[in-house]
Amino acid sequence: METLTSTSWKLACRVEDTIENGGVCIKLDNTQIALFYFKRRDEWFATQNECPHKRQMILSRGMIGSLGDKPKVACPFHKKTFALDTGECLSGDECSIKTYPVKVEDNLIYIAI
Amino acid sequence: MREKRVVIIGNGMVGHRFCEKISNKKGDFKLIVFGEEPIRAYDRVHLTDYLGKKTLDDLFMSENRWYKENNIDLHLGDPIKKIDTTKKRVFSIKGLSIDYDYLVFATGSSAFVPPIPGVEKEGVFLYRNINDLDLIREYTSKATKGAVIGGGLLGLEAAKALVDLGINDTAVVEFAPRLMPRQIDELASNTLQTKLKSLGLTCLLQKSTDHIVGDRKIEGLSFADETQLEADILIISAGIKPRDELAKAAGLTIGSRGGIVVDEHMRTSDPAIFAVGECALYEEMIYGLVAPGYEMAETAAATIAGEQKVFSGFDMSTKLKLMGVDVASFGDPFISEPYAYTILLEDKNKGIYKRLNISTDGKRLLGGILVGEASSYNMLLQTVNNNMPLPEHPETLLLGETSSGKSSSSGLEALPDNALICSCEGVTKATICDAVTQQNCEDVDSVRKCTKAGSGCGGCVPMIKDLVTYTMKQQGKYIRNSICEHFNFSRQELFDLIKIHELKSYDEVLDNFGTGHGCESCKPVVSSLLASLWNEMILGKGNDVAQDSNDRFLANIQRGGTYSVVPRIPGGEITPEKLITIGEVAKKYNLYTKITGGQRIDLFGAHLNDLPFIWEELITAGFESGHAYGKALRTVKSCVGSTWCRYGLHDSVSFAIQIEERYRGIRSPHKLKSGVSGCIRECAEAQAKDFGIIATEKGWNLYVCGNGGSKPQHAQLLASDIDSETCIKYLDRFLMFYIRTADPLMRTATWLNKMEGGIDYLRNVVVNDSLEMSETWENEMQALVNAYQCEWKTAVNDPNIRKRFVHFVNAPDEKDDTVRFEEMRGQKKATGWNNSMIY
Repeated sequence: METLTSTSWKLACRVEDTIENGGVCIKLDNTQIALFYFKRRDEWFATQNECPHKRQMILSRGMIGSLGDKPKVACPFHKKTFALDTGECLSGDECSIKTYPVKVEDNLIYIAI
Repeated sequence: MREKRVVIIGNGMVGHRFCEKISNKKGDFKLIVFGEEPIRAYDRVHLTDYLGKKTLDDLFMSENRWYKENNIDLHLGDPIKKIDTTKKRVFSIKGLSIDYDYLVFATGSSAFVPPIPGVEKEGVFLYRNINDLDLIREYTSKATKGAVIGGGLLGLEAAKALVDLGINDTAVVEFAPRLMPRQIDELASNTLQTKLKSLGLTCLLQKSTDHIVGDRKIEGLSFADETQLEADILIISAGIKPRDELAKAAGLTIGSRGGIVVDEHMRTSDPAIFAVGECALYEEMIYGLVAPGYEMAETAAATIAGEQKVFSGFDMSTKLKLMGVDVASFGDPFISEPYAYTILLEDKNKGIYKRLNISTDGKRLLGGILVGEASSYNMLLQTVNNNMPLPEHPETLLLGETSSGKSSSSGLEALPDNALICSCEGVTKATICDAVTQQNCEDVDSVRKCTKAGSGCGGCVPMIKDLVTYTMKQQGKYIRNSICEHFNFSRQELFDLIKIHELKSYDEVLDNFGTGHGCESCKPVVSSLLASLWNEMILGKGNDVAQDSNDRFLANIQRGGTYSVVPRIPGGEITPEKLITIGEVAKKYNLYTKITGGQRIDLFGAHLNDLPFIWEELITAGFESGHAYGKALRTVKSCVGSTWCRYGLHDSVSFAIQIEERYRGIRSPHKLKSGVSGCIRECAEAQAKDFGIIATEKGWNLYVCGNGGSKPQHAQLLASDIDSETCIKYLDRFLMFYIRTADPLMRTATWLNKMEGGIDYLRNVVVNDSLEMSETWENEMQALVNAYQCEWKTAVNDPNIRKRFVHFVNAPDEKDDTVRFEEMRGQKKATGWNNSMIY
């Protein structure tokens, strides 16, 4: 997280715009970000919305879940899975997704990009 | 610390077991064993087998080298003659004197010989050890008429031994009014007697032997009632008496009728001295069976090793085969009113007697007796021992397995993991199942090697066999079927669990029956089950995020992230007005249109944001969801039928519409397709569908379990010439059976291919109601039909659901600007996949 000192937090949406145990898509500075509220773990995650497999803007519509203790999202197209915390691909492919820090303040969600 | 010296007096089964147990304990123990017999410990339970096909080698409890390997000094043929409890020292007949830290009596018992004049005569034997058997065997060569005093368990064994040795004319003499007085009641005894008599064994009851007739050799028995019985060989088996004389001499407390008094740790009145097996008296009781003896050995070993273990009395249930006749007694065989109600079955025709004692509330089994047929013994015993609930009609348990083939394995399933299957060796169900799953044991023998289960009395062997089979089946099933890491259940098991517990949301199911946080495998499966069971709107109750991609947005996701829309067109029949509406909607939202294989129209390229608006217009025009996105009924294809076609026999279109409207929206393990053809020309291709109907002169032929796709398979005829009403009944049953039992994403064709008995079995279930489920299934289906709603109608009218149909939650009016289309033949098409970053 040492590189984050210079990044600024950007307001994404209100908590009520998000969906429990699922994802929504946020447009921030012309970037599509998938924002996940993993209520079962009481954690928030933000990743790129594009699935690197066929480069589709879709991850926010993917199902989330866990692999062992790892939180993950599955792409709706071909069920490639990615770790929500680290962004690594969990279905054995050489690609990963970007992840972003998330914070919640006064019922508002901020994402640092 | 110096090693502890443990001296064991007696090398019988229980003494041997003690050595085994303590050798496996932590701690440094030096074991010294003194045995009276000249041979090492052998299996006395199967003593009678020694007269049959088994040799002494078969009966030994261990290899000769076992004692050496375990650093045990074994002194055979050298009984202890004296004990100095103050100096803690034993003295053997051969002159050894050994100091001990702990002393264990495992001296067993000897035969109780009643004081009858003449018992010393030639031809009178006991039945306790190998030596007795050798003597009997030798003597029978010159004997022709046998007698046994004692109609208990061992006496009957001895009588069997005589018959086995060729003395066909053998009589059992019992003082009590019935055989095996400790195990069975009078009616059971009657049945057993009749059975034994037909096998050549006479039973004389209420006979008190006055004296034994004969000069030097036995010639017969004379009874108190002045009758006589001719016999030239007699075995006395009138009970046992604990070998407590040495203990008594050492000053240990002895029971008034014999037996070394022990506490729940098997400790005698001297804290350094223990007693186990038939010489020990625990709570005024001598346990004359091997299983409790083993339990005592384990208890004493654990206590000496500093562990906490208590002996709490023991189940005296037993099962044996006497000359081919099963006799079993379990739990409390005699308990009766007012403490219990009995259910009796007496079949004089087949020589069967069964008694079950059930609690007065009818819910628990307390004990019982089985004579003549005891295949259900193990299951009944487990039912008692595990306090398992009885079925609603417990009398069915009396009918044995022949009439209720289903019950045996479902019973195993109901057994708790800690159910003691082999009580001799203390092996539980879980241990046996683990041996199968973890150590690849695939038969009774390998399970026995791994766990020792079944190596004692052998009574549990049939149950072990069932368990092995059951577990292997389960295992095979689990490998294929357990859904994912979050649910250790098959789809069908989850179906039942969700139903029984009336769960309505994915999270509830996960919290109750799963672990972790779910995944893309279990979420759609559970969502499908919830829909199949309750048919509630799939996007409610937080279940939207547990739906597969297409179900989540009630549309089919396509390349580029847009969706396609398929309104239902039942039977493929559509009015010109509706055709025009589709055309207008397609134009307005710039959608690519195509006729599908299922006789409807697919509209491609809809943005997520546009879906609710598209559907609002379609619904206004009278359309409803076509469920093209769900694992549900898709279409019922039809040919035009008798309304127009010159060959048509019946109105296939009307029937197709009726069927499509009945089953629309019902979620199933996979998609369902159907077709109705108006005649044998089969223009609707009904035989390529999950269920297809073809008109005949007399009605309809119903075909099931066909599909197209990558592995085409023709549907098979389930019923012929049925009327529409029957056809729908059969379909209700067929569909519910499939929905309940198929694996996730298993089409009907594969389901049938995997079904034992195939189409004949399926027909039996659906047509002949062999599972007696028809009414249930018809009712369940009707409930689903009644609960039908158009999901899209609900979605557009519910603001909470509708608001999810946006691409950017922070810019709901903007569409995904990365979506690209190309032009082709006057319509649009999705651009190809973007360059892949994974190949």
